[in-house]
Amino acid sequence: MSPVGRRTLRILGIPFLRGRYFAGVCLLVLVVLASAVGPLLVGHTPEAQDLTARLLPPLSADHLLGTDALGRDVLARILAGGRLSLFVGFTGAALAATLGVLVGLIAGFREGRIGTIAMGVVDAQLAFPFILLAIVFVATLGASLPMVIVVLALSSWVSFARPIHAMALSIKHRDYVLAARSIGARDATILRRHMLPHVLPTAVVIATIQVAHIVLFESALSFLGMGVPLDIPTWGAMLSDSRRYLQTAPWISIFPGLALVATVFGMSLVGDWMREALDPRREQHG
Amino acid sequence: MRSFLLGRLTRTLIVLFGLTLLVFVLLHLSGDPASVLAPATASAEDLERIREDFGLNDPLYEQYLRFVADTVTGDFGRSWKYQRPAIDLIIERMPATLELAGTALLIAVVVGGFLGMAAAANRGRWIDVGSVGFSIVARAMPSFWLGLMSILLFAVILGWTPTSGRGTPLHLVLPAATLAATFLADVLLLTRSGMLETLDEDYIRTARAKGLSARLIQLRHALPNAALPVVSSVGLIGGRLIGGAIITETVFAWPGVGSLAIDGITSRDFPLVQASVIVLAIAVAVVNLLTDLSYGVLDPRIRHQ
Repeated sequence: MSPVGRRTLRILGIPFLRGRYFAGVCLLVLVVLASAVGPLLVGHTPEAQDLTARLLPPLSADHLLGTDALGRDVLARILAGGRLSLFVGFTGAALAATLGVLVGLIAGFREGRIGTIAMGVVDAQLAFPFILLAIVFVATLGASLPMVIVVLALSSWVSFARPIHAMALSIKHRDYVLAARSIGARDATILRRHMLPHVLPTAVVIATIQVAHIVLFESALSFLGMGVPLDIPTWGAMLSDSRRYLQTAPWISIFPGLALVATVFGMSLVGDWMREALDPRREQHG
Repeated sequence: MRSFLLGRLTRTLIVLFGLTLLVFVLLHLSGDPASVLAPATASAEDLERIREDFGLNDPLYEQYLRFVADTVTGDFGRSWKYQRPAIDLIIERMPATLELAGTALLIAVVVGGFLGMAAAANRGRWIDVGSVGFSIVARAMPSFWLGLMSILLFAVILGWTPTSGRGTPLHLVLPAATLAATFLADVLLLTRSGMLETLDEDYIRTARAKGLSARLIQLRHALPNAALPVVSSVGLIGGRLIGGAIITETVFAWPGVGSLAIDGITSRDFPLVQASVIVLAIAVAVVNLLTDLSYGVLDPRIRHQ
């Protein structure tokens, strides 16, 4: 069996019913389930306005979490926002992982000039708050859903490129890479067959943690009015709208934030769990 | 030491140069730069006049050279919304941003450092468990929601502080604490792990064997060695603080450069956005350079490279 397969099995085989990791998995499953089937169970669409039922408090008849300033159901909007957050989180992380693994592997494989330039870009980006770049992107190219996903992926690819590059530097001097080369394997083959499988488990762990970061960053962008167009419900935009009603209707600020914290917290815990599960030092216990 | 700093300085200049290039390229990638540069209400004639004024009909390299020359001399054009040079607006708002970021940095380093040391010295006791627990929660908390909830609790319900704006020192409390929270957690965890590691070293055992008091050992022998990783992270934190200030300023309607940039985005005031972003980037670059400098001062190994 390939090392990847064995490691994946090891993750699945690990008894994960332990304290906070179990809580993390539960939290995440809850968020995914709620986003997937929740909208079907709530009797309202997230867009439906009812100006006769504005700013209803939670536990009102027919509105479990109350309504916002336009009489829209808060629960329906939170669930719809969850779909958007998860979608953006996973696609953004997948895009970032692809770019980061590619650049990290190639830069490590070809140390010379290409590697220096690529890692120089990575270091430069790490030293600057990405939100400044995000502002430039949104101000010039406007904000649409694909555009936001690209910006989010750009915010996160360096978190893959740096560690993968370090791994590639050490892997490429291993004997089996030398052996592959000596029997005439081409660079592309060595990268794909002999180096990629070794960095994939690491990339998966980073990706899990990055989903949490991307969900958080997307909310921040939406909160600042730089996220996806306003007709798509997002937690960030809900929180931004809620600011004016903090004194009169605090619940519309509380619930979207709780949903966001639950998602980010669950995702980070799962990331920690996977990192520990894949840590080679745990091999003998696994 | 000199070549180390020279290298960092060159890197900073390249990064700032790259940022101006990115702004320029994206502006032209947008299809029609005139429509980005123009206010939202511009007519077809306005657009033509803007093309003429900004020389958008000139060759690209000429436009870029002019853009760089303008940037270097601090000429970012006039803000549409305020009808004044963008750089003047930014200079007016800069003290507010520095006040907020500086206070937050101070809180993060002093409180985080102190709690981190206390946690390491009392490993496993309530102060350790409490500090680490607080850090985990603070790092998962989105700063804008933390800000909203602190307004709700301290301003709306308890009425201790104003809800937003700048003026009295009381106005500064919530924004600075909110901005500091994440970074405080980082400093706390780094100080704690640094101290725990150092307290295991041989020279600490020697100091203890000499009969020095626990406090003296912690302050004179352990802290200086545990401080290095903290200092290098404070530099990164300094840069991230300026990025985080953009969000905090928006939450608390704090009149700084960050909220000015967001104001520029919402009112489609490109000169304002561009000027705020470049000035904030320069601020980050300066903070990063200062950190490199202090790292050299603190760590003799770098100084003698």
